[in-house]
Formats: sequence, C-alpha cells, structure tokens
Amino acid sequence: MHGEAPTGATRAVRLTTKGPARREHAPVRREDRALVEAAAGALLDEGRPLSGDELTALAALPDGAVVALAALAHEVRLDRLGPAVEVEGILSAKTGGCPEDCHFCAQSSRFATPVKATPFLDTEAVLSAARETAALGASEFCLVLAVRGPDERILGRLLELVPIVRQATGLNVAVSAGILTDDQARRLAEGGVHRYNHNLETARSFFPEVVTTHTWEERAETCRLVRRHGMELCCGALLGMGESAAQRIELLLELRELDPTEVPVNFLNPRPGTPLGDRPVVSAWEALRWIALFRLALPDVILRYAGGREVTLRDLQAMGMTAGINALIVGNYLTTLGRAPAQDLEMLEDLHMPVGALSSAF
Amino acid sequence: MEAGHCRGCGRRLTECPGCARPLDPPRYCQACGQRLTVAVTPTGWTARCRQHGVERSDGPDDR
Repeated sequence: MHGEAPTGATRAVRLTTKGPARREHAPVRREDRALVEAAAGALLDEGRPLSGDELTALAALPDGAVVALAALAHEVRLDRLGPAVEVEGILSAKTGGCPEDCHFCAQSSRFATPVKATPFLDTEAVLSAARETAALGASEFCLVLAVRGPDERILGRLLELVPIVRQATGLNVAVSAGILTDDQARRLAEGGVHRYNHNLETARSFFPEVVTTHTWEERAETCRLVRRHGMELCCGALLGMGESAAQRIELLLELRELDPTEVPVNFLNPRPGTPLGDRPVVSAWEALRWIALFRLALPDVILRYAGGREVTLRDLQAMGMTAGINALIVGNYLTTLGRAPAQDLEMLEDLHMPVGALSSAF
Repeated sequence: MEAGHCRGCGRRLTECPGCARPLDPPRYCQACGQRLTVAVTPTGWTARCRQHGVERSDGPDDR
C-alpha cells in the first residue's frame, strides 16, 4: 500500500508496508552465484547429493538469489524426473477424534476446534470421492484417517476398500492411517496399498515441541516398515511451525535417509483452536526458497504441493511448479478447501507440464 | 433459513460478524449455531445439522 504522499513533484513515491520490516531483494553477489553454480555442478555434472553444509549455505542466500535457486531446482527436476506432474486426490475417510496432540492439527480430540468427529465413511461415499478424483485426471487417491494407528476394525475396512476403489476407478490407492505395526504394514502391502503416507512433519530435534503423544522415532519406524514391506513411502514435511532453518536442513537429511518415493510439502495453515492457531504463515518467497531446497536435497523424489499452498503462496503458486514441485494434491484437503481443480489444471497447461503418473514401481 | 449465526464459530452474528476463512467449509449451522458434521471431498463438501438438514457445496439441500 502507498505510504505518505510525496511533497514535491520530483520526489519518488515511497512504498511502505504495515507490520514488521520485510526483507528486500539485494543484488546477487558473485559468491552467491558461485554457490548455486557449485550446487549445479554437484547435482547435474557429478551426480552427487549436496551435503548438509552445502544446503545450509544455499538456505542462507539472499532473497535475490531465490530465483536462481529455483531455476536450478527446476533443471534438476527435469533432468531426474521429466516434466510430468502427478495429480492426487485425498479424502478424510475418518475425521476428527484423534487421541494424538499434533499441535497443528484441527482433528485432535485434545483441542477445542470446530471440526466435529465423524465415523468412517461408508463405501459409497468413498467411491464417490474416488470417482471425483479420477474425473480430474488424477492417478493417485489417498484415504486418510485421523487415528494414532489402525485398530483391527479400521484395518479390515481399509483392506476391503482398497481393491474396490482400485477396481472401480483404476486409481492407485494410497493410505494414511498413522503408526503401523510390522504385521499391519505387511497386510496393507499384501492388500494392494500402493503408497503409504506417514509424514515426519519436522526435524527430530523440533518434534517434541509440536507432538508429545508419540515420538519422532515411532514415525520413522513406521516409515521404515512401509519400505520393508514393499509399499512406496510417502513422507512429508510441514513448514512454518516455528522450526529454524537449521532444523529444516536437519529434516531434509532425515528424509533423505528414509528414502521416500514421495515428499508432500505442507505449509502451516494455522487452525483455530489448535496450539499453533495464531502462528503467522510462511511468506511466499520463503516458501519458494524451501521448495527449491527440498528439490535440491531430494532430487529424485516426487515433490508434492500439499496443504497450505493457497494461503502461503497465493499468486505465486505457479512459481513453485518451476522451483522443483512435480506433483500436487488437487481440489480439497482433509478439513479445508483447496482452490478449484480447474485452476490447477489450467496452470499445468500454461506451464506445458503434462499430467502423468510418477512412481518408483513404474 | 435465518442467517443468525457465524459459520466459522457458531456465535450469534451480533457477537461475531463472520470469522470463517475463505477456504474453510462451514463448521456451524447459520440457523441454530450448532456444530455441523462436515465431510470434505476432493471437489466439494457436505455439512449436516441435526435440526436443519444437509447443505452441499453446490447449493442447499435441506432434508
């Protein structure tokens, strides 16, 4: 917004913003360019992963260098995975009433949020949502349940639903149902679950600040079980909970160790009634920087736009697609709405990025 | 249906003129202020009030 009016005809109009001082784009220095060029050499010429120190240096680049960082991330994505974008629909098949205390989540029974608990949707409702997803050109459909982990009844329902959805729609079916035992992971894999989602959300060192009812290690162990039993691992992050840049780098290295097929990148959309309900959202430019860093740290993963992108990136959403993102959740999320699917499909068309299935099993 | 309650927090509109965010489905019945049972799907939502029936994202469907 415009600030005070100029007092003279020749005086430049100063643009001011309310609130805390914002960072401005400083000219890119030679040493900043050299850092990006060195990262390009490592990833594109030498084919070696970036070290934690290299990622830390890239994370500290000034705002003016974010475009160069994004350009490199885009080049790495095209080099490793091509231009196709994987589209997925998700469904909260059992909403709310979760006993866990993830401080960002409106579905925890421990917080007074407006989300009312609902039982497992019936088969027809799940099929209807899957058909909606298929009609959008998606290749993946994820059934998500707000639980600590599946009990026998829930596991049985999932094993019943997965082949039904798969057969009725042709979609790959993914599941997100919390912490698994070895036997549960085996049964889900044998039952045709293509990909299992279990996010680390944040770095091990920051995790106790946002979840106290289970440990980071329990999450990591479920991720290992998923891979051990042959499902593709979808393991994502939630940025903007108060973690430091160093902790984001820590998370990237932890994710790399788990070797996921897919990494959904969520940005905190502060939910009323949760302990993080008053946190500010990540700035759009900062989000772009971290999308690019995720791609540079994890060059071979399916990097998916997930929750919070609309409120975080606003008009800059297309820029994320040229900063390393190569997949997106289309339509609505679990308890919040997304932008119209037609907008995303138009964006992909404008970017000359075809919709296609990406999978380590293909 | 009388628009008497905020769809974001359920309080009377005289107390809250509307705190629902643009990308949130309704969470409270605008007629009675009761919390709704909401199902969000990839392309829509349904919101059920015990007293006032079901509303869908593509238009009201009171039953």
